[in-house]
Amino acid sequence: MNEYVYPIIFGIVIGTLSRMLMLRTDYRQYPTYLHGKIIHTALGFIAASLGTLAVPSILEQDFTAVTFLTIAASQFREVRNMERNTLEQLDSFELVPRGHTYIEGIAIAFESRNYLVIFTSMFSTLAYLLFNIWTGFVVAVFSMIVSRILMAGGKLEDIVDIEYVEPRFDGAGLYVDNIYIMNIGIPERQEEVLKYGMGFILKPKNFDARSTIANLGQRQAVLHDVSTALGVYRDSGTPALVPLAKRDLDDGRMGIFVLPQDKDIEKAIRVISNVPILENAIRMPTEKNRKDKEEDN
Amino acid sequence: MVLKKYILAAVTTNPQKIPSCTAVFKCDSKEEMETVAKNLEAILDGIAHLLTEDVYIIVSH
Repeated sequence: MNEYVYPIIFGIVIGTLSRMLMLRTDYRQYPTYLHGKIIHTALGFIAASLGTLAVPSILEQDFTAVTFLTIAASQFREVRNMERNTLEQLDSFELVPRGHTYIEGIAIAFESRNYLVIFTSMFSTLAYLLFNIWTGFVVAVFSMIVSRILMAGGKLEDIVDIEYVEPRFDGAGLYVDNIYIMNIGIPERQEEVLKYGMGFILKPKNFDARSTIANLGQRQAVLHDVSTALGVYRDSGTPALVPLAKRDLDDGRMGIFVLPQDKDIEKAIRVISNVPILENAIRMPTEKNRKDKEEDN
Repeated sequence: MVLKKYILAAVTTNPQKIPSCTAVFKCDSKEEMETVAKNLEAILDGIAHLLTEDVYIIVSH
């Protein structure tokens, strides 16, 4: 046994632990299946090994060995593809699909978490080798906290005000506040919609938020999350009973119409508040305007 | 083949208003029209939209 064995074991254990901490099953119900968790823990173990082994390689001045980190990059890009493919296959069987933007967001998160594991292992092992095991622990805990901060994105409540509005019919047109949702012709369906339907108005807090919530993927994410948390009153072959989100073109407000099985207003508002702002949906038109102004000056 | 945004059928008490390329179900009363539209909606997996007071169209979305 040489002097690197314990630091390497330490780094691998810390990295794998940090991946397990980041692997949460929440209301999104993913990944729920045991095999999914095993796959990601195993990949976390590989990432931890790669991150850890890079440190002794550098210390031994074996710089070419560090190039195997490039293999890690392509390996974890493959993780993203794997997640994307799986979720897209499953999405066609969802009553309210997640949508491509949400899926891409989840896939990116899976890839990036493996890189966070690499960094955690690398820094922990380095601290162990340069100082001692206790410093290694401190660095590991610090890295895990940083990882947690980095993996937590924004929530919808940061950019919109949410208000409950009873949906109504004007003729055959279904409205949430003054926002037209869809045309439902049959009186029996209209009664069902009024009985089970709930309407919400998302009022953007600023100009950037207007463009972000207008993104079709972001809207679908809201519908999916509400339907997952509160259930959905629909079945295959009932296309009239479909949750929809439409936009008020005048002021950018969003009208959300959902058909939950649990008609709890407080809970629904809580769920909508916690919907993640999808990275791919974020738009910042004001940044562009600011930069243009700076260039003019 | 999956048809999207397509009028699958029309149900009406006033057949003159329907274009000739669509399958038309002629009804005698408003009640009959609602029943036929409801059944067609279930059979065709479409949505029954009320276009005017006397015309339902079944659209696949």
